Amino acid sequence: MSAPSLEIADLSIAFGHGRARVQAVDRASFSVAPGDAFGIIGESGSGKSTILRAVTGLLDDYEGGVLIDGQMAPRPRARAFFKTVQMVFQDPYGSLHPRRMIRATLMEPLEIYRLDRRDDRIAQVLVDVGLAPEYAYRYPHQLSGGQRQRVAVARALLLEPRILLLDEPTSALDVSVQAGVLNVLNALRRARGLTYVMVSHDLRVIAHMCSRIAVMTQGRIVEEMSVEDLRAQRAQEQYTRTLIAASRAAVTAE
Amino acid sequence: MTDTPATPARQSLRDWLQAPTASSPRQARAQAFWRGWQRLIANRAALAGLIVLVLLVAMAVIGPYLTPYSPLQQDLTARLQPPSAQHWLGTDDLGRDILTRILYGARITLMMALLVAAIAGPIGLAVGATAGYLGGWFDIVAMRLVDVFLSFPSLILALAFVAALGPGIENAVIAISLSAWPPIARLARAEALTVRKSDYIAAARLQGASSMRLILKHVMPICLPSVVVRVTLNMAGIILTAAGLGFLGLGAQPPSPEWGAMLASGRQFMLTSWWLAATPGAAIMLVSLAFNLLGDGLRDVLDPRND
Repeated sequence: MSAPSLEIADLSIAFGHGRARVQAVDRASFSVAPGDAFGIIGESGSGKSTILRAVTGLLDDYEGGVLIDGQMAPRPRARAFFKTVQMVFQDPYGSLHPRRMIRATLMEPLEIYRLDRRDDRIAQVLVDVGLAPEYAYRYPHQLSGGQRQRVAVARALLLEPRILLLDEPTSALDVSVQAGVLNVLNALRRARGLTYVMVSHDLRVIAHMCSRIAVMTQGRIVEEMSVEDLRAQRAQEQYTRTLIAASRAAVTAE
Repeated sequence: MTDTPATPARQSLRDWLQAPTASSPRQARAQAFWRGWQRLIANRAALAGLIVLVLLVAMAVIGPYLTPYSPLQQDLTARLQPPSAQHWLGTDDLGRDILTRILYGARITLMMALLVAAIAGPIGLAVGATAGYLGGWFDIVAMRLVDVFLSFPSLILALAFVAALGPGIENAVIAISLSAWPPIARLARAEALTVRKSDYIAAARLQGASSMRLILKHVMPICLPSVVVRVTLNMAGIILTAAGLGFLGLGAQPPSPEWGAMLASGRQFMLTSWWLAATPGAAIMLVSLAFNLLGDGLRDVLDPRND
């Protein structure tokens, strides 16, 4: 059996000191097989995005292990790490530099890693995420939210990572635009054999994208299940049932 | 029909600048610049300031060809003459043509202001952006240093430096620069603090960008507009300080036609020959006002909060 693409072992993260100390993530563990899509679901503040930031090394102050292909990720993260793991942020309005042309934003990883055929790669990756190559010559304020998020996905793909971390990639977008971005992500995963870890508070999004799901609340992973179990309502934990019921009620209300 | 269809090569520059989508990096940048330019000249006051400054630059460049007199040539038979057809702005106590001296003085004033901006702007931007982004001990040391500089009135600080370095234009430039960079550094730091935690900085870090690259290519472009605005608005203060040093005899030295020094030497004839002091004074006021107007207009164009 091959090593999991990404493994989190007993990950704990705390913010603050003394009385103000908050345990954001409490001994979380899970592993994701290569080519799999793993979802983490939970209400806001449950620590799911914090896990992703710890994996990327943006949050360096964690305890426990982050393993890539069975190897402990270096601390601080080395450049080679970012060729394997990339992340798409939640807010496409905040994750693109407002004063840089899209081309400059996309050119950056190519310059840092001294890759060749830069303009070709940028044109190709824009086509891959469903944008015309001319979008490279725009500034972020000339794009819609969905287009920006596609650019953010394109930026994450330029280094050809094997693992993509998705931090609520559609929660800042209109419902009509969400499906387009999710379909692009699904198609890319199939075409490139990518491994996804996706964080969301939207059960429908997770069910659409992922095959395995972890349920988080108050920093702990309370249950891990397959998407079939989720669909068949075979949840073991009371919290998971409440979450599913609340989600169904919200869908019915719509 | 004899009309030839419009080809891309034949389209006008205006079409190229206003095309809804850019098709090259050059065009995209030109379009962004064009939009800013349109907004700047839509502001009447800023346009007026810009025109005055363009005239000042033109004066500084071609001034010597506009006048038959020399700024230093004395003519004691024609001293203290009021404005006339021969001397449009009159002559001073040594019979030198005041208009000529104003024209030559524009060179000195402009050079001093630009040198100070070229020294203080980049230093303030670099120190502020680095301190704001890195935080930690660099931030503490740099900002305490800024506090020390800011605890003196800038003219007094410049006076102290000139007194230590010796009078002269170069030393005045250095002294004014030393007192001009701290407010810029503080401003740049404040801007850097607002963006250091932003997602696009985090995203660039995930692309493997070094701290150096992040500061230069991501943090500084965010700080730059407010620094440009502040430096432009500071130009008025810089010119006043330069004139003040000249007035006190610590900047440009006689017989150099620096406006502040001209004002100082005209002071003793204020009651009998008002034009000696009034003309350099008016020139200083006009240029300071122009820089302020342009600075206000630039703020409207460059400040991202107005987007």
